[in-house]
Amino acid sequence: MRRPTASQARAPATVLALLLIVVLVLPPLLSAYWIDVLTAVAIYSVVALGLNLLMGRVGLVSLGQIAVLALGGWVAAKLAFATSIPFPLVLLIAGLITLVLGTLVGLPALRLSGLYLALITLMLAGAITVVLSTTNFPNGGPGFLGHTESSFGNPSVRRPDIAGSDPGYFRFTVIVAAAMFALALWHVRSRPGRAWAAIRQSEPAALAAGVNITLYKLWAWALASFMTGVAGGLLAGSVGKLYTYQFPTRDSIILLAVVLMGGIYSLWGAVVAGGLMKLLPALLDDWGLPADLLTILFGVGVLQVLLTAPGGLAAQVPKDLARLGGALSAVVRREAARAERAPTGPAPREPAQ
Amino acid sequence: MIEITDLTVRFGGVTPLDGMTVTFDSGTCGLIGPNGAGKTTFFNVLSGFVRPAHGSVYAFGDDLLAMPHYKRARWGLRRTFQTEQAIEELSVADNVALAHEHSRRGSRVSRRADVLGALELVGLGVAPDVKVEALGTRDRRLVEIARAVVGRPRVVLLDEPAAGLPDEETEHLGRVIRGIPEYTGALAVLVDHDMSLVSACCEKTVVLDFGKLIAAGPTATVLRDENVVRAYLGTEPVRVER
Repeated sequence: MRRPTASQARAPATVLALLLIVVLVLPPLLSAYWIDVLTAVAIYSVVALGLNLLMGRVGLVSLGQIAVLALGGWVAAKLAFATSIPFPLVLLIAGLITLVLGTLVGLPALRLSGLYLALITLMLAGAITVVLSTTNFPNGGPGFLGHTESSFGNPSVRRPDIAGSDPGYFRFTVIVAAAMFALALWHVRSRPGRAWAAIRQSEPAALAAGVNITLYKLWAWALASFMTGVAGGLLAGSVGKLYTYQFPTRDSIILLAVVLMGGIYSLWGAVVAGGLMKLLPALLDDWGLPADLLTILFGVGVLQVLLTAPGGLAAQVPKDLARLGGALSAVVRREAARAERAPTGPAPREPAQ
Repeated sequence: MIEITDLTVRFGGVTPLDGMTVTFDSGTCGLIGPNGAGKTTFFNVLSGFVRPAHGSVYAFGDDLLAMPHYKRARWGLRRTFQTEQAIEELSVADNVALAHEHSRRGSRVSRRADVLGALELVGLGVAPDVKVEALGTRDRRLVEIARAVVGRPRVVLLDEPAAGLPDEETEHLGRVIRGIPEYTGALAVLVDHDMSLVSACCEKTVVLDFGKLIAAGPTATVLRDENVVRAYLGTEPVRVER
């Protein structure tokens, strides 16, 4: 329904250029370590995207997203060891199965909201973690659970043939992540996005416009779960072997913090959140700073968002840059005007008004 | 036509609607009464936000109370709210498209034309792609009315659309409301405290007081009715004539 403005028409080109740089230019320049880190950033951006949609678009809080990620990882690992279907199909099926499981987790969202919903999802996440710590992740073992205790010579989760190397898998991950963002954008710009905006602002208004609130809330939950499930599959392929300790329940809380800091009202916020969650710790480590600093940084960051910058970094940085640009150009213009007024000799101390 | 029979709503010990029986025929009908008379409660019963203790509502032969609330909108029941509920995050056109795409009576092909038509009817002087958060109260009200008239609704409920608007804007609103029956073919019910707006828009008017119907008929007659005058001025308990 919207007539695209010039800047909106330019946006896809910018995104495409950025994507090409990340996929083609970046990998040869980086060491294996940073490739690994950036792969994790791309994966967690997708996880953040799920929560970004739930919170920013529909107004639902979930503290169980990392458990949903673990479910996706479990299903993908299981599929990778039990079948020989191509890896992209593994991702798709893992996403769809997680969609069903994650939507079950989201059922309380139909009755609850705010703090109670957050608590319920946190409890469910805890329960999933407990179950996973007894079943463990499939690692090529026998039976339905596919787990063997022997830690010697277990195979890794396979990767796609075209993306076996780390840089190759990084490219693959970025492209899948970009597809997830495109899926999210398509939803936000069309019928579900309009329905979600109505639900978030006023459920009576949404009902009066004929929006089936139950359907659209579940739809949001299903979409977020699907993405998170795909991310779980990407993670399985990235690290090769999954362990329960990689999915601590507290990571769901950290995810909430970084998603808020990244900004919940823009999809870019999810990219920023992925960076905060996985790139920032690696940078701190690289600079020899203690990792505990993160807790403080995230605490301050969330306070900042709640008090002064509800749009998070995704909204604040462009605003601040524009302000900075405005201030700089004002200085440049003033200097130019001064130079024009006094082409020879020094500028007058008090320019005439 | 909406036929309401013996409609009663109870909240604990309070009875905001008490055995309301009335028929709305066609065109725009006024619904007035002092504060707390049950006007908004009546709208909420029709929209499905409040479940009545007993009574029935048949609109054009369909049992409205048997439908889930979102399906009532699809059936063709639309409303505006006393405090406007235009969706801030969406553009003006998307606000209207929201109602259009969830109504069974508007086709996908005609959506753009229908949305622009509804915006033209309400006479909103801003571009369709402007976000609602940039608009003032008057324009938001008009967006909400456009959302209520798009996609050929059958019943349009307007809950105090003029509340808080200055006189010249109320005049514009009156012209918009008078245009609704012709544009949509719908039956409209207008709740407002502005009697000149009600007189200007409605041929017939129904008066509620303490949940009871105290008068119904041509607007000019109803406004002179001594029970109505007494209900508004509050001199003594009102005698109910049936």
